[in-house]
Amino acid sequence: MAIEIEQPSVSVGLSKVAVSETHGEDSPYFAGWKAYDENPYEESTNPSGVIQMGLAENQVSFDLLEEYLEQQPEASTWGKGAPGFRENALFQDYHGLKSFRQAMASFMEQIRGGRAKFDLNRIVVTAGATAANELLTFILADPGDALLVPTPYYPGFDRDLRWRTGIKIVPIHCDSSNNFQITPQALEAAYKEAESKDVRVRGVLITNPSNPLGATIQRSVLEELLDFATRKNIHLVSDEIYSGSAFSSSEFVSIAEILEARQYKDSERVHIVYSLSKDLGLPGFRVGTIYSYNDKVVTTARRMSSFTLISSQTQYLLASMLSNKKFTENYIKTNRERLQKRYQMIIEGLRSAGIECLKGNAGLFCWMNLSPLLEEQTREGELALWDSMLHEVKLNISPGSSCHCSEPGWFRVCFANMSEQTLEVALKRIHNFMQKRERRRN
Amino acid sequence: MTQSHRTTEPEHRKPTTATAMRLIVPLQGVVQGRGGLILGSLIPCALFYLLQFYLKRHRSPNPPSPSTSSSNLAGLPRTSSRSTLSSRGSLGPVRISARGSSIAKPDDSPYYIGLNKFRDDPYDKINNPNGIIQLGLAENTSCLDLIEKWVSENLSDSIMGRDGDDLSISGITTYQPFDGMMELKVAMAGFMSQVLGQAVSFDPSQIVLTAGATPAVEILCFCLADHGNALLVPSPYYPGFDRDIRFRTGVELIPVHCRSTDNFAFSITALDQAFNQARKRGVKVRGILICNPANPVGNIIPRETLYELLDFAREKNIHVISDEIYGGSIFGNEEFVSVAEILEAEEVDKDRVHIIYGLSKDLSLPGFRTGVIYSYNESVLAAAKKLTRFCSISAPTQRLLISMLSDTKFIQEYLETNKRRIKKLYDSFVAGLKQLGIRCSESSAGLYCWADMSGLIPSYSEKGELELWDKLLNIAKINVTPGSACHCIEPGWFRCCFTSLTHEDIPLVIERIQKVAETCK
Repeated sequence: MAIEIEQPSVSVGLSKVAVSETHGEDSPYFAGWKAYDENPYEESTNPSGVIQMGLAENQVSFDLLEEYLEQQPEASTWGKGAPGFRENALFQDYHGLKSFRQAMASFMEQIRGGRAKFDLNRIVVTAGATAANELLTFILADPGDALLVPTPYYPGFDRDLRWRTGIKIVPIHCDSSNNFQITPQALEAAYKEAESKDVRVRGVLITNPSNPLGATIQRSVLEELLDFATRKNIHLVSDEIYSGSAFSSSEFVSIAEILEARQYKDSERVHIVYSLSKDLGLPGFRVGTIYSYNDKVVTTARRMSSFTLISSQTQYLLASMLSNKKFTENYIKTNRERLQKRYQMIIEGLRSAGIECLKGNAGLFCWMNLSPLLEEQTREGELALWDSMLHEVKLNISPGSSCHCSEPGWFRVCFANMSEQTLEVALKRIHNFMQKRERRRN
Repeated sequence: MTQSHRTTEPEHRKPTTATAMRLIVPLQGVVQGRGGLILGSLIPCALFYLLQFYLKRHRSPNPPSPSTSSSNLAGLPRTSSRSTLSSRGSLGPVRISARGSSIAKPDDSPYYIGLNKFRDDPYDKINNPNGIIQLGLAENTSCLDLIEKWVSENLSDSIMGRDGDDLSISGITTYQPFDGMMELKVAMAGFMSQVLGQAVSFDPSQIVLTAGATPAVEILCFCLADHGNALLVPSPYYPGFDRDIRFRTGVELIPVHCRSTDNFAFSITALDQAFNQARKRGVKVRGILICNPANPVGNIIPRETLYELLDFAREKNIHVISDEIYGGSIFGNEEFVSVAEILEAEEVDKDRVHIIYGLSKDLSLPGFRTGVIYSYNESVLAAAKKLTRFCSISAPTQRLLISMLSDTKFIQEYLETNKRRIKKLYDSFVAGLKQLGIRCSESSAGLYCWADMSGLIPSYSEKGELELWDKLLNIAKINVTPGSACHCIEPGWFRCCFTSLTHEDIPLVIERIQKVAETCK
C-alpha cells in the first residue's frame, strides 16, 4: 500500500544578503542591548534595572538644543506662511539643500577651530554616518576587496562596511603597549596579510577621535597614515564623527588640517565622514555627510545618496541652527566642557574602585581595563566577566572582543547617555562589585 | 516611484568626458541590444552620435561645477598626484571601484539629460518665460496649497509635540527604531487604507519605513535576489528603476514588452516567454516587478490579471513586487485593486508578495523622504528592518507625518480634491494634445499621460523618436520623456507629466508642441 507523505511546498527563496549573518546582531554587543531593553534602569520605577552603558549617545547638552528651539520659533514653524515650504516639500535634489551644506561646512570649520576650510560643494548629504560609511565603501571598493581598519573598532563597522558591499575588513592590530596607537609596522603587516590572501586593499578607514578608545589620533600618526595610503595608492577614510566631542579643541587634529598643510597634495584619496548624531546629540534626525577631496567620488556619492537622503524639512531646520554662530560656538564650547567633566567623574570613580582606563581626551565613552579581573586572559574569560557585569552588576558595557581588540579584558563604557545621578549609581555598583571580589579573594 | 529631480552636476565640459561618452554610450547600446541585435547595435550608435551633435550645439555656456567653485580652497590641484606612486606599478590616480566608475559616468539616458537641461534653464512665467517647461518629472503640485494650509495650522504642535506640560523634542532627538516609529507605522497603515477607500486594512507590524521609495525598492531587491539574478519588468517602465535597482544590487532587469494594441497591458504568456528565455541564458529570475497604477502608461492592472500573476509567480516559485506608489492618484473610473486586497480575500501564497509605497506622489511630499515596504514575509521583514539603518526617515519628519496622517478628515479631503484636480488637468492636457492630432493611451491614473507622437517622428525608429525628443527639448523647450528611455518597444511614445502645470501653462505647452509638430509634417 502506498503511503502518502505530505511534502512541504518549496518556500520562495531569499537572497544571500537577506539570510547572511553579517548584520552581526547575534553578537554580545547587541545581546547586551536586548538585556537592557527587557529590564531598563529607571531612577524611580526600576532602580535595580540594567543601566545602559553600551550606547554612545550624547545627552549632556540636550538642554541647549531645547533652549535654541524655544527661542528660535521660526526654525520649527517654517510652515506658517514662511516662504519656501512648497519648495521644501518638493525638494529631493541629491545635491542637498545649499544652505544646509553651507551651514554644515561652517560648523565643521568651527569644530576644528578654523584650522581647516570646507567647501560646501564637496559635501554630500546622507541619512546618517552609517549610510555615509557604507556608501563610501561601495564607491571605493569592489566585492572581495578589503579595507584596513585599526583595532579596536566600532562593532557596527562589521555590518555597515561589509554586509551589502561584500568587502572584507582586514584589521590593523593595535595594543596597549603604546596606548593602542597605529604604528607603521602594524600598517604594513595588515597590508601584507591581505596580500597573502590575494585580497586587494582599497583603503584605510580610521575613526578620529577613536571609538572605542575615546582618544584622538596624534598628528604624526595621521601623517604616517597619509604617507602610507599614498605609497600604496589607496584611499584614506577618516570618520570624524566625534570631532566635536574632543574635550579640548586643540587636542583634535583633523586629516583636513594635514592636507591643508600639504597644500592638498595627494588629497584626492582622502574622504571625511561626519554626522550630527554624536556631537549635536541628534541621532534621530539621521544627518550624515561625506566630505571628499576627490571630484569623482563627490559626483558618484551624490548620485548614490538618492538611496539615503535627508528630509528637506530637517535640512532646512538644521541650516538655520548651524548657521547661527552664536548658538554653535556656545554649544561646541559647553559640550566639550560637560563631556570633560563627565569623563573626569567616571575616571575618578573607577580609579577609586581600583580600575584603570586608557588616557582619553574625546568621545562619549572611556576604554576600561578589566584584564586584572579575568579568570583567564582569553576571549572566553572576557565574555564571562562581561556576562557577570550584565547579569549581576546590571551594567551593559561593551566587551573589547566585539570591537576586535587583540588583548582581552578591555571594555568600552559610555557615560554621556545618562544623567549624573545615574552615572553615580553605576559607579556605586562597580564599587560594590569590586569590594565583593576583594572580600571573596581574602 | 520617486522621480527624483536628479539634478546631477552639470556635465563637466572637459573634453575627456565627451570623448568617454562617445565611446561608452554606443557600446552600452550594443550591450543592451534594445530592439534586437541589429537595431541594438547600429541605431543606438548612430543616434547617440547624432544626439551629441545636437547637444553640443545646444549646450548652455559655463554652468557652475563643483571643481571650479572651490577656488576658495587654496591651490587644490585638479590633477591627481603622480610623484609618489607606489613602486607596485599602479599608475595614475587612486582608483574607485568598478561599481563606482559605472555610476560616475555621465548620464546618457534622455530621462536624466532632460532633467539636467531643465535645471540649467527652468521656465518661470515672469523671470524666464522662454525657459524649459518641465514635463519629465512626475511631481504633483496641484494640491500643495492644502498641505501648506494644514502645516501652517498644525506645525509647531506636530513637531514639538506638546505632551501635557512637556516640550518634548526629546522624543525625536534620540535614536529611534531604524525602520520607523510605531506611531508612524500605525498612521501609515491607516493612510494606505484610506487611499484604497478602506478596501484593505494594513497591519502596521508588516510595515518597514524607509527614506523614500527609492531605497525601499533597492532593499527589497537586495533581499529577494542575488547579484546576477533578474527581475521581470513589464515595459515600458519607470526609467529610474534602471539605476535604483541595478546600481548596487547587481540585479538585472528583463523588460517584458507590452504593446499599444493591448493598451500596454502585460500578458502572462509574455512573462512566461521572458522567464524561459532567461533560463536558457542561464539567468535566474527571482521575481516580477510591476507598477500598479503603471508608470509611464498610467493604466491599472485588472483584478483577473493580478490573480493570474499570482498563479504564475506560484508556479515558478518567484516573488512579486507591486509598486503602488500612485495608488492615490487615480482620476479615472476604473477600479484600482491593490494586490493586498487579493491577499486579504484569498488563501494564496502570501510569502512571495511585497508592496512598495510612499508619500512622494499621492501626498506630494518627495522632499520628506518617506517610503514603505509592506510584506507578508517575516524573513523579508526581518532583513529589511535591519537594512533600514542605511535609510531611516528623519525623526522630526516622522513626527510631522504622524500628525498629518492621523488627521483622517484632512486626508480624506485631500485625497478627494487631489483626484479631482488631477483629472481636470488630465482632461485639459489630453484635449490639447488631441487638437494637434496626438492621441494618448487610455489611462486612469498617475501624474502623466502616455502620448503617441509616432506621427511626428521622421522615421519609425528609436532614432527618429530621439530626434523628436531633442527638438521638443531644445526647440519647443519642453522636457518630456521618450519611450525608449522607458524601454518601450514601439517608437514614438512620450510620457508627459502635467500635474506641475497650472491650467494657464497648458495652452502654452500645446502651442510650443504645435510649432515643432508643424515642422515635422
